[in-house]
Amino acid sequence: MSGDSVKSEAKTVATGLAKKDFISQTDPRWCVGCGCYSVFNRLTGVFPTMGIPRENFAIISGIGCSSRLPYYASTYGFHTIHGRAPTVAMGLKLARPELSVWVISGDGDLLSIGGNHFIHLIRRNPDIKVILFNNQIYGLTKGQASPTTRAGTKTKTTPGGAFDAPMKPLSMAIAAGATFAARITDSDGEMMGEVLSAAAAHKGIAFVEVMMNCLMFNDGAFTPITDKAQRSENTIRLKHGEPLVFGANRDKGLRLNGFSPEVVAAAGARDLLVHDVSNPDSSLAYLLSQLDQAGEGRPVPLGIFRQVSAPVYSDVMGAVAMPDEAAIARTLRGNTSWTIGNDGGIRSSD
Amino acid sequence: MGKFEEFDSVVVRFAGDSGDGMQLVGSQFTTTCAMMGDDVATLPDFPSEIRAPAGTVFGVSGYQVCFGNGGIFTPGDKVDVLVAMNPAALKTNLQLMKPKGLIIVNEDAFTARNLEKAGYTASPLEGDALADYRVCRVKMGQLTQKALEGSTLSPKQVDRCKNFAALGVTYALFHRSRDSTDKWLQKKFGAKPDLLEANVKAFEAGVSFGASGELFPTTYRIRKRTRSPEPGNYRQVTGNSAAALGLIAAARRANLPLFLGSYPITPATDILHELSKHRNIATIFQAEDEIAAAGATLGAAFGGSLAVTTTSGPGFSLKSEFINLAVMVELPMIVINVQRAGPSTGLPTKTEQSDLLQALWGRHGESPIAVIAASSPRDCFDATVEAARIALKYMTPVILLSDGYLGNGAEVWRVPALEDLPDLRVTKRTDPENFLPYGRDPETLARPWVVPGTPGLEHRIGGLEKADGTGTVSHDPENHEKMVRLRAEKIARIARDLPPTEVLGDPRSELLVLGWGSTQGVIRRAVENLNAQGTPVACAHLRHLNPLPSDLGTLLRKYKKVLIPENNMGQLWYRIRAEYLLDIERLNKVQGQPFRADEIEAKIKSMLSSGAQR
Repeated sequence: MSGDSVKSEAKTVATGLAKKDFISQTDPRWCVGCGCYSVFNRLTGVFPTMGIPRENFAIISGIGCSSRLPYYASTYGFHTIHGRAPTVAMGLKLARPELSVWVISGDGDLLSIGGNHFIHLIRRNPDIKVILFNNQIYGLTKGQASPTTRAGTKTKTTPGGAFDAPMKPLSMAIAAGATFAARITDSDGEMMGEVLSAAAAHKGIAFVEVMMNCLMFNDGAFTPITDKAQRSENTIRLKHGEPLVFGANRDKGLRLNGFSPEVVAAAGARDLLVHDVSNPDSSLAYLLSQLDQAGEGRPVPLGIFRQVSAPVYSDVMGAVAMPDEAAIARTLRGNTSWTIGNDGGIRSSD
Repeated sequence: MGKFEEFDSVVVRFAGDSGDGMQLVGSQFTTTCAMMGDDVATLPDFPSEIRAPAGTVFGVSGYQVCFGNGGIFTPGDKVDVLVAMNPAALKTNLQLMKPKGLIIVNEDAFTARNLEKAGYTASPLEGDALADYRVCRVKMGQLTQKALEGSTLSPKQVDRCKNFAALGVTYALFHRSRDSTDKWLQKKFGAKPDLLEANVKAFEAGVSFGASGELFPTTYRIRKRTRSPEPGNYRQVTGNSAAALGLIAAARRANLPLFLGSYPITPATDILHELSKHRNIATIFQAEDEIAAAGATLGAAFGGSLAVTTTSGPGFSLKSEFINLAVMVELPMIVINVQRAGPSTGLPTKTEQSDLLQALWGRHGESPIAVIAASSPRDCFDATVEAARIALKYMTPVILLSDGYLGNGAEVWRVPALEDLPDLRVTKRTDPENFLPYGRDPETLARPWVVPGTPGLEHRIGGLEKADGTGTVSHDPENHEKMVRLRAEKIARIARDLPPTEVLGDPRSELLVLGWGSTQGVIRRAVENLNAQGTPVACAHLRHLNPLPSDLGTLLRKYKKVLIPENNMGQLWYRIRAEYLLDIERLNKVQGQPFRADEIEAKIKSMLSSGAQR
C-alpha cells in the first residue's frame, strides 16, 4: 500500500477530515500579507481531499520563511537544515513509502545551498511533492540577493544592483526530468488550488514554483504578472489540449519561430502552440519555462507545464523485507565458512 | 618433500604492481590459512591510484598476512617471507624484512628498464646487496608461459596469470591446502573456461615448481595448536564486511527495517558494497553527496528505521551539520567513520586515528554525542551492534570510529548465534494519552520515538531549540540551558550502562598502556611479548570514548605510569589528561601505517627505565 494511489483512494476512502484538522495550534508568524499564508491556506485545503489520514502526512522543510510552514500544520513535520529538506524527505519516503511527503522550500534554500539536492531529488522521481516559495530574495536574513533575484535588483548585498544571472528553477526542474512541473502565483488562489490538487494526485515527483511577493524586501517583484490590470496581458494560462492564447481579449497567441516562442495575433493563426502536458519530450515545456519574466515581449506561462508518467523511485528499487533469523544467520556465515567441532576438527560448511 | 621446519607464526608479504593482483593472492592465501584452522591477521597496503605506471615504486601494492597457531593479534612487525614481483616491490619492501628472511623474486621482471624505473643502478640480485637474506629466484612469467603453452589467450592475458603461479609457489613452501583456492577459481571463472584453465594451470605450475625440492631446500609448517579454538561456525571477515553484517544482525535483533544512506569514499565504501549485496534485506540509498547521505539517513530514522550512514574523514566533515541536527531532534542514527590519514584528502588508502576529537567535539554548539570505536576487523561486528544498542536505547546519534587498517584488514571470525546478541527491540510510542514529544524516560532520559503514521501523535521537530517536554520552539533563556544540560546528562548516563574496564597483562605492573580503536592488537602483542620476557606491564582498551567508562579514572590512578599510543598526535591523550588531570605519556605514529609491536615495546622499556614518576 502506498500513498501513491491518492486519486483512487480519494474516491473510496472518506477520512472525514476538514481543513481545520490540518491547522496546528501554533499561530503563523509570517508578515501580515505575505504570500506564505495563501499557500498554507490552499495546501491545508487540498490535504483533506486526498483521502489520506492526517497521520500519514509529513511536511519537510529547510531554512527560511517558507520553511516555518510545518509548525503551522498539524501533520508530522520536520524543520531540517538549510537546503537539505530534499535529502530528509528522500530518506523518509524510502523508509516509509506509504506516507505523503511534502517538501516546502524557498529560493535561497532549494536553489542555492540545496541546489544539488534539488536536481537529484527530481531526477530520481520519488513520489514526493516539492513547493518552492520563490520570492527572489533572502527574506529571513533580511534582504540579500538570492539565486533568482533579477539582475539589477538592489539588495543589501548588491547595493549597485544584482549582477548574477538569475536561475530559472522551473527550467532546471524540467531539465532534471521532472515528471510534474508547474508555476503559479501567490495571488491566484483558484489556480493554486487546482495545481496543488494535481500535484498531490501525481505519482512521482511534483515540482510547483510559486511566484511569491515579499512585502518587506522585494515588494512588487511580481506585480506585472499578479496585478489584475496587467496580468492578462503578461501571463498565459496553460491548459492541456488548448492553444496558447492570452491577452485581455484573448487576441494573442504563441507559436514557435525556430526554437523561440513568439507572440502573434491569435486571429487566423494556424500554427499556434497547443499545450500538451503529457508530451514525453520535455523540450517544449522547457522552452515555455524559460519565459519567466514579464516585460520581455512574451507572456509568463502559468499552470502545469508537464505531467507525465514514469517509473517511481521506490518501485524501481524493489521491495525490502527483513527476513527471519535463520536467513540472517546464513547471511552472516556468507559463502565461505567452516565449522570447528568439539573435537577441534575442521569441516567446510560449503 | 624433504626437510621442513615448524613455526608458531609466520609473516608473509606479497608485493607487486597495482595491476599484478597482489590483493587477490594475498586474500586467497589468507582464506586458505583460515580454513586450515590457523589464526590470521592481514594488512592490505595499496596506493590510492587505480593503476599507477607499471614498475614504479609508487605503484607498488602490498598484502601482508601473519598466520599461526594462535595469539595472532597483528599482521606482524617484520616479514619472514617476501614475494616481490618486480624490482620496485623489492625496493619498497626490503626494509620490512627480518634478517635472514626469505625473498622470492620474480626474476623475469628484473629487466634493465624495470631496474631503472625502481631507481636501481645495478641489479640487487647480483652482488651482495641482498647478502643478509635468503633469495629465491623464480621466473614467474616464464613458468606461467610454459604452463599455458598452446593457450588461446593473448600473451598479455597469459602474463596476468603469473600471480597464481606465485601463489602456488607459496602454497608449496608452507604446505597449504589447494582446496579453497581451487574452489574459488571454479566459482570466479566457471563461466569463462579459457580463463579458468589458464589460472588453474598457472596455479598448479607454481605449486609443482615450489614442491620440486630444488627451489626450497627447507619448507615450513605451522606447529600444531596446543589448544583448539572454540567450537562453532567460522569465516574470514574484513572490518568493513563485519560492520555491514553487524548492521544486518542489529536490525534483525531490533526488529527494525535497516536503512543505509551512503556515498562512495575510501576506505569506507566496502561497507556500502557489502550491504548492496543485500538489497532485499536493507534499503540502500547511494546519495548525491555525503550530506544527502546523512540527511536521508536522518529522514529514515524519523520514519522508524535503524538508520546508518558510512563515510571517512572528508565525508565525516560534511556530515557534521546533520549529526548536529540528530543531536537536536534526538533520533537514533549510526554514523560509521572509517578513518583515514588527513587533513583534507590526506592519504585516502592509509590508516589513521585522527578523527577522534572531531567525533567528540567537531560540531557547533554544545553537542554531546556517544562515540565508540572498533578494535579489530572482527570487532567491527560487535562494535556496530553496540552502536545500535546505544542509539536505540538513548535515542541519540552514535559515532562509530573504525579505520582503514580495520576496514581492509581481515581476520578469522567466529560467527555468533543471533540469540547471543543483545535484544535490541524498542517500543515506539503509539499512545496519545499525555503525549509529550520531548518527555523523557526517567532512567535513560531518552525521548519517545514516534514515527509518522501514528494516529493522534502528530508533532513537529526541527533544529530550533525545543521547549522541555512539549518540544515546541522555544527561545527562553532558562529553557535553553536546561536543554543543553539535559542533552549532556543523557549521554553521560550511558556510562552507567557500560561493563567494567578490563585489564590484561601482568597484575604486578606499575605501567598501564591505554589504547582505543585499532591499536588493540598491537598493544596486546607488545604487552604479551614483554610479559614473556619478565617485564611487568599491563594494558586496557577503550570501546567507549564518550562517555568514558565510569571506572576509568580510578583505574588509571592505580598505576604509576600510563602510556597512550595512538595513530594521531595524541587525541585520546589530550582527552584523558583533561578529564582526569593525570600526567600521562603518549606515543604517536602518523605514517599511514599501524604501529609495530617493537615500537611500543621500546617506549614501554624506556618509560620503565626512567626514574621519573608522575
